[in-house]
Amino acid sequence: MSNIEERVKKIIIEQLGVKEEEVKPEASFENDLGADSLDTVELVMALEEEFETEIPDEEAEKIKTVQAAIDYVKAHSQE
Amino acid sequence: MSKRRVVITGMGLLSPLGNDVQSSWQGLSAGTSGVVSIDHFDTSQFSTHFAALVKDFPVTDYLSAKEARKMDDFIQYGIAAGVQALRDSGLAISEQNAERIGVMVSSGIGGLGLIEENHNKLLQGGPRKMSPFFVPSTIINMISGHLSMMFGLTGPNMAIVTACTTGVHNIGQAARVIAYGDADVMLAGGAEKASTPLGLGGFGAARALSTRNDDPQAASRPWDRDRDGFVLGDGAGVMVLEEYEHAKARGAKIYAELSGFGMSADAFHITSPPEDGRGAALAMRNALKDAQLNAEQVAYINAHGTSTAAGDIAETRAIKAVYGAHAKQVMVSSTKSMTGHLLGAAGAVEAIFSVLALQHQQVPPTINLDNPDTECDLDYVPHHSRDAKLNHVLCNSFGFGGTNGSLVFSRV
Repeated sequence: MSNIEERVKKIIIEQLGVKEEEVKPEASFENDLGADSLDTVELVMALEEEFETEIPDEEAEKIKTVQAAIDYVKAHSQE
Repeated sequence: MSKRRVVITGMGLLSPLGNDVQSSWQGLSAGTSGVVSIDHFDTSQFSTHFAALVKDFPVTDYLSAKEARKMDDFIQYGIAAGVQALRDSGLAISEQNAERIGVMVSSGIGGLGLIEENHNKLLQGGPRKMSPFFVPSTIINMISGHLSMMFGLTGPNMAIVTACTTGVHNIGQAARVIAYGDADVMLAGGAEKASTPLGLGGFGAARALSTRNDDPQAASRPWDRDRDGFVLGDGAGVMVLEEYEHAKARGAKIYAELSGFGMSADAFHITSPPEDGRGAALAMRNALKDAQLNAEQVAYINAHGTSTAAGDIAETRAIKAVYGAHAKQVMVSSTKSMTGHLLGAAGAVEAIFSVLALQHQQVPPTINLDNPDTECDLDYVPHHSRDAKLNHVLCNSFGFGGTNGSLVFSRV
């Protein structure tokens, strides 16, 4: 299994236009990384694309931090 | 009570001739064409393979890559021209004046490129694959919205959509907003990026575009007997309009006064003008009346002049109707011969060219006018720009739906 953490962080950096050192596990997309609600929707879509999975809206709403995204992908990725 | 006077104190341009005012004017003055082959999508199935494109747009001079990704190109273009214009004006925005500054910058068509992209995503992956930014990245009032957010401008914020008269209408109405007293400063203009498959296909289907694929730079040839339609152009133009006393009080450089604005409708046909150009004539007359000028005092007309068979003749007849015995004396040029037709941005870009003509005392030419149509017999300033004494100039725009607008600019 290739490094899921690295891939999730790379997507967050690209989507939110933030620096690598800002993407700490506890960082909140909206409070720490400058995302608005639409950015978060797009970020979830990018995760779906990268990991070939579908994240239901009720699950997506819970993905608010870097660690939550990593955990979700680890638990649900097909890879 | 006399009305509040409105002057131009800043200008910004992104055109097929250059990415700022200076380079665009240089290209215009030298009579160069901004038309190129389209290489950002496959045009082999289209009847036209060329357009007048913006080249090497330095988007990150104006926006972060992250912000730009959420905007169609036309919005990026409009923001770039708006930022240039505001910088050029030297206006400092403060808590005290922000609510007296507004924006009216829009587009005739909107974000075709991202509409296409999202429709493809919808068809291929279903609605879940559509971007959450689809709507705000494509709708026409978002240039006005973004410029207000970037600079904290809390005055009137609007976006007129009147096809190819959009730019002129925004500038004229923004001036009225100032004259009426609702604002002291307005950013006004238009932006367009219609060189996409839907844009090229749509105007091609209407048989509106030139198909001179063997010689694209000769394709936009207003009033020439061999004209065969217009050339799509991309870009944006924004002016800073300012109340005269306000501009004087802060020592702003004043390019010109917006002395007249006139409007009319053809009430005739969805895409064609009446043969006698009576709607165009009415718009020009209304603008002259607003400026309190006689036609013969206006020595230069930056014409709509799109290089279509019907439009060029109708505008010529309209000018003759307005100028009467003086029609042969007025200089009339179509800068669309060089920039192509920027649709909703055309009036804004050409209003700026008109102001530059006043500033430089030079009339830009109509290039490619080798053999004038027998019905087109005015002084179209063929091939080469011409030095001339100009006190007042007029700028025309006419749009689908039969909507017309004319602006008059005067030296201060």
